[in-house]
Amino acid sequence: MRYSALRILKEGLTGNRGWQPVWREPEPKPEYDIVIIGGGGHGLSTAYYLAKEFGERSVAVLEKGWLGSGNIGRNTTIIRSNYLLEGNQPFYEFSLKLWEGLEQDFNYNAMVSQRGILNLCHSDPQRDAFVRRGNAMRLSGADAMVLGPDEIRRMCPYLDHENARFPITGALWQPRGGTVRHDAVAWGYARGADQRGVDIIQNCEVTGIDIKDGRCLGVETAKGPIKAKKVAMCAAGSSSRVAALAGMRLPIESHVLQAFVSEGLKPVLPGVITFGAGHFYVSQSDKGGLVFGGDIDGYNTYAQRGNLPVVEDVCEGGMAIMPMIGRARLLRMWGGVMDMSMDGSPFIDKTHVEGLYLNAGWCYGGFKATPASGYCYAHLLATGQPHETARSFRLDRFRQGAMIDEKGVGAQPNLH
Amino acid sequence: MTQAMRIDGGMVDRSRTLSFSWNGRWMTGYHGDTLASALLANGERLVGRSFKYHRPRGIFTSGSEEPNALVQLREGAAQEPNTRATTIELFEGLNATSQNHRGTLAFDLMAANDLLSPFLSAGFYYKTFMWPKAFWEKLYEPLIRASAGLGRLPMQPDPDVYDHGFLHCDLLVIGAGPAGLSAALAAARSGLRVILADEDFVPGGRLNAETHEVDEQSGADWAAAVTAELAGNGNVRLMTRTTVYGAFDHGIYGALERRTDHLADAEDRPRQVLWRIYSRRALLAAGATERSIAFGNNDRPGIMLAGAVRAYVNRFGVAPGRNIAVFTNNDDGLRTAEDLSGKGIGISAVVDTRQGNTVVDTIGRGGIRAIRLGDGRRVEADCLAVSGGWSPNVHLTCHHRGRPVWNADVVGFVPGGELPPGMSVAGAANGTMSLAAAIREGHGAAVGIAEDLGAERPPGTPAKAADESFAAAPFWQVTGLRKRAWVDLQNDVTTKDIRQSHQEGFRSVEHLKRYTTLGMATDQGRTANVLGLALMAESAGKSIEETGTTIFRPPYTPVAIGAFAGRARGKHFRPHRLTPSHKWAEENGADFMEAGMWLRAQWFKRPGEKGWRDSVDREASRVRKSVGICDVTTLGKIDIQGRDAAEFLNRVYANAFLKLPIGKVRYGLMLREDGICYDDGTTARLSESHFVMTTTTANAVLVFRNLEFARQCLWPDLDVHLISTTDGWAQFAVAGPNSRALLSKVVDDLDLSNDAFPFMACAECSVFGGTPARLFRISFSGELAYEIAVPARYGDSMIRALMKAGEEFDAVPYGTEALGVLRIEKGHVAGNEITGQTTARMLGLGGMLSRSKDAIGLKLSGREAMNEDDGMRLAGFRPVDRSVILTAGAHFLNPGDPADMAHDQGWMTSVAYSPELGTSVGLGFLKRGTDRIGETIRAYSPVRDQDVLVEVCSPHHVDPDGVRQRG
Amino acid sequence: MIINHPLLGPRDAAEFVVLGDACLIDRPDGMNSASEEMHDYAYVRDNPAGEHRELWYHEQGDRSWLVVTRSTLTHDVIKVELARDVARARGRSR
Repeated sequence: MRYSALRILKEGLTGNRGWQPVWREPEPKPEYDIVIIGGGGHGLSTAYYLAKEFGERSVAVLEKGWLGSGNIGRNTTIIRSNYLLEGNQPFYEFSLKLWEGLEQDFNYNAMVSQRGILNLCHSDPQRDAFVRRGNAMRLSGADAMVLGPDEIRRMCPYLDHENARFPITGALWQPRGGTVRHDAVAWGYARGADQRGVDIIQNCEVTGIDIKDGRCLGVETAKGPIKAKKVAMCAAGSSSRVAALAGMRLPIESHVLQAFVSEGLKPVLPGVITFGAGHFYVSQSDKGGLVFGGDIDGYNTYAQRGNLPVVEDVCEGGMAIMPMIGRARLLRMWGGVMDMSMDGSPFIDKTHVEGLYLNAGWCYGGFKATPASGYCYAHLLATGQPHETARSFRLDRFRQGAMIDEKGVGAQPNLH
Repeated sequence: MTQAMRIDGGMVDRSRTLSFSWNGRWMTGYHGDTLASALLANGERLVGRSFKYHRPRGIFTSGSEEPNALVQLREGAAQEPNTRATTIELFEGLNATSQNHRGTLAFDLMAANDLLSPFLSAGFYYKTFMWPKAFWEKLYEPLIRASAGLGRLPMQPDPDVYDHGFLHCDLLVIGAGPAGLSAALAAARSGLRVILADEDFVPGGRLNAETHEVDEQSGADWAAAVTAELAGNGNVRLMTRTTVYGAFDHGIYGALERRTDHLADAEDRPRQVLWRIYSRRALLAAGATERSIAFGNNDRPGIMLAGAVRAYVNRFGVAPGRNIAVFTNNDDGLRTAEDLSGKGIGISAVVDTRQGNTVVDTIGRGGIRAIRLGDGRRVEADCLAVSGGWSPNVHLTCHHRGRPVWNADVVGFVPGGELPPGMSVAGAANGTMSLAAAIREGHGAAVGIAEDLGAERPPGTPAKAADESFAAAPFWQVTGLRKRAWVDLQNDVTTKDIRQSHQEGFRSVEHLKRYTTLGMATDQGRTANVLGLALMAESAGKSIEETGTTIFRPPYTPVAIGAFAGRARGKHFRPHRLTPSHKWAEENGADFMEAGMWLRAQWFKRPGEKGWRDSVDREASRVRKSVGICDVTTLGKIDIQGRDAAEFLNRVYANAFLKLPIGKVRYGLMLREDGICYDDGTTARLSESHFVMTTTTANAVLVFRNLEFARQCLWPDLDVHLISTTDGWAQFAVAGPNSRALLSKVVDDLDLSNDAFPFMACAECSVFGGTPARLFRISFSGELAYEIAVPARYGDSMIRALMKAGEEFDAVPYGTEALGVLRIEKGHVAGNEITGQTTARMLGLGGMLSRSKDAIGLKLSGREAMNEDDGMRLAGFRPVDRSVILTAGAHFLNPGDPADMAHDQGWMTSVAYSPELGTSVGLGFLKRGTDRIGETIRAYSPVRDQDVLVEVCSPHHVDPDGVRQRG
Repeated sequence: MIINHPLLGPRDAAEFVVLGDACLIDRPDGMNSASEEMHDYAYVRDNPAGEHRELWYHEQGDRSWLVVTRSTLTHDVIKVELARDVARARGRSR
């Protein structure tokens, strides 16, 4: 069923009784060409691009819970490509370009909204680093501007320009950054994949990976064994647990990132704003809630919840740059479990087991990567070759010393 | 207007009349009213508009679960959006306005949305607004955002202060209703330290809203008596107006106490206090929340939950209507009729679903006038009391891993397993719905906890009350409706939306919630969720157990962001660290900059200087020509002592340290274990077993932490001890050709001649006739230079004395900017170069990495990709056109190459104007930089609109041979 | 969270800094180990869902490094030891 204003009109006039299921609820077949472990954003987009761009006809996505139950529905919905390093920038720019055409591509309005992202800075070295990063973005074909305090004051008069502990000295501004309605991304990809014949199987936990003589033959699941020519792990947050089924240890730790939303307020924030002297980033959704977050809690965890010190730290950051939100109320807080990798960058790679692939390590930047991650993973699965923008995301890069460490904090996952 | 709907009785204080303004009209109420009860007393039924369809809405509940009556409270910077009228205590002069309408509340232009509702069904926006593509940001989204949100932010800084506090107790009782009071009483009598918290301003919970008797007195009187006993017990902290909003790890609960929200003027007291309560045990006695039934037009003003009707009548002395109908599926709802007739209020109908009767529709645009029954009869009513049963308030039981389970007897979800450790549940929150049983259960739970914790005094016996009937038969929706029936009142989710959600495959509870927005509004669906789930279960032909439930997350009710931030805002966002010379610097025209938490002088303005460059150029020049003094106390200082101190340093620095002679200083390069440069600094050997290490300002804390890690975890038996002395010593750089002459006047009995105290010498000494000091001959400027340290308490005297001693040389104080100029001229690296991504080879320091020992990071520094011969190398840069001012962050390109990442050659890390050379100079990383000295390349900075040619040179712009510092 | 410090008793977790897996105690000797060993030490983790031994540093306190055994599913703290004792027990000395 194709969605359009006309369809809404027609259904509205006939009691909205004609809408059809967005996806099927199939039982697993005994065998597929490709089985994807994880029905989150990346898994679903991988399935979508496998079917759409690479003509794969026999693909299943196995999801432990309900589709989209992982971090695709637990993030602060930000998209951007304001990366510095060569290994990252082209990939995230590719992702941003895919976002820009996504809704027309999969005929689902995920509300990709490019209202810009403003990264504030508060010192000269920070500003120098933003100039370097902005220039790197421009060299890679992305958009970037460095703004001064006066321009920021004009753009956001409600920021604390007078009494700040760390005065705003400038900002990196990417007009094409923005936000997307996160759940809709999962649903749009799921719908698009389903329409192209992908079996999305919910409540189907993978309990084993069948490996013989260094070759992956399929998976064991809650719904029985499923054979596959290729098995694609794609379960960020639980990557280590899934990889352990194949006897692998990963350069990843699991950590919780909390996120927050306020009660609905008449919209005042244009796009995304980030604080440079503390942990706080915020945008305002199309329903009016301030959606914000900060740093991870810092301890290893698989629980989707955090603790108060970080809640307070994030709100302190918020009040530090926009003290007019003090009387707005925090409505909900939640946590997502993140694959924190050893250099803060992800992996899209083959493994040492033939036919077994890994997509993992997205830290807390996975949402914005959803389209490119799926596209590049699909490219690797279908062609056996890494996509040109994802060549650096190798699993063995630490052996080579080829880290992609945007923050420059080294092999300590909770600092990335 | 008089309070036309006020009736006798209740707990309001009629001797204290209060005036308040509602949408600009002045009205009166009494002390003890909420805004909601006062509005009802004044006959105000229409109080708000729904989110999506802008339907007229009235007060629906009497508590924090209110979905409809959200108002903008107060004015100016103190205005507070989305505030529940049902929880605001009335105060003199209160000013509230309604929200979310265009035009007046009664004539909201946006109400046109309601006519379009067939086209605005669940998730309609996912299916349209896609063509043409560019219209989303330009047209569709601005339209959506124009109608988004409810209340307004004040757009001015929050004028109030918020405090944070910490409390400890044996038992935290959450909720002061019958179960909570009974538990708190037993626990207090047993001798436990008890905190009893309740969100209401009067303890008692439903006892104040009902006509039950406890211990042969009215429930409210019993609650007051128990409260009085608790208040007199020194082991009890009774916290009203306090919401326990979350259960966190290890018995820690978050609570928000509203201190001045009920006052007209806070008089500078904290508005709210955010408490962290550390409890050994917690008892959740949070009661239950009533829910509605889905029937046609069940959202009109005047339709109210039955329990709320009783609360307004019994507690507040207000009649929500003069002619009230009751619609219920349970015995509790029926009690409404009894209470109303007891007060002489007219009852037009009692409709009990268990007798096969239903309400199918309601009539009355701005407020209900009549109801239509299932048999087609129309019955006049100006208020409809609805009860679809009660849902236990299990929220806090789910804040860890708990999942509530369905209980068919209660017709609701009750706490499941895996409660937060230390938590138990009693009363209605536990599905124990009758009064007598709740009191007994609260008492019993407290007795059990007291025994567990070893309390020994007698707990007393539970109060007696009747076991009234709570019989209920599940009834969710009236079927065969032709009108819309609401489930989530605030977000306008109707039964059709839930059906459609099922039809479209959004069948898991989480999909339902996210697709229809059920339960996502400010009330978190507290009156709606269970009804929504039940309807989904009906659509799917499944039981509610099979359908499952969503889980609850903190906070229980929304908490102001300002409260979470507390006092950490404005200038107090983070502490200030001040250098020992700060006061002197302030007196001498210093302009300060933030270096982490530190405030450092960045330059000292002299009269006649027009801009910062004038000051900085002067300071840098004076250092090179005579002498300057700079406070460098912020650099990390770590005292390292022990027989194995040298061995320890040799393992944490990448270069050799074993053989550093006593009385000498060495530059040390520290790597992370991954082989990347981490920090650099100088370490001085004061004696065989005593070293003083310096770190960069930024890494002082981190380096100390890492050294402790190495000492305790890697080599636990090395004899070495560490202490941070960053704050213990005030340290000043004295730099310039006249530095020796100046210090000779200052230092007691130490031969400073080049032979006796050469470059990289150090000594413990004294200054000004006996003040202990340490002297290091090190140079960051490249000049003849020293750093002199005195105990921090002498820091202020020291800067004054140094400046005085320097008068004859026209010594200048210099700030961080001049410090930067001098180090860039000299080619010394700093934070802009050591970014955590830099290898020793990049810095030209590859030769320092020892090959003959094991130290942190050495092994992994040898990896292939970190040692490519065509990698980045530090170089110096000067503009070909000497008048050009260079830009840090510019990227390098070979002339003629396209400007893209494939041709990127590196970047400029630091720039400064060199008064010595009369031109802008830079440092940067350039591919094979050391081999390209003399080349001309582009420094390209599109974000600064700059594209200039620069000449590659040695990073040592000034005195490349290092003659001056050795002189 | 609350960490029951073996010397100081129960302390709020906010006084501590967390480093990560306690396997970081088992640093291979740089002169006598294969690169692969140092690579695994620096980069590879078990990352279990369940009991996890991890390093906490009492930065706002006595500056002890602790080994905390804690569940990554429930956050229950099962054991707290001085890291120095653990290191010695694992054969580390000078």
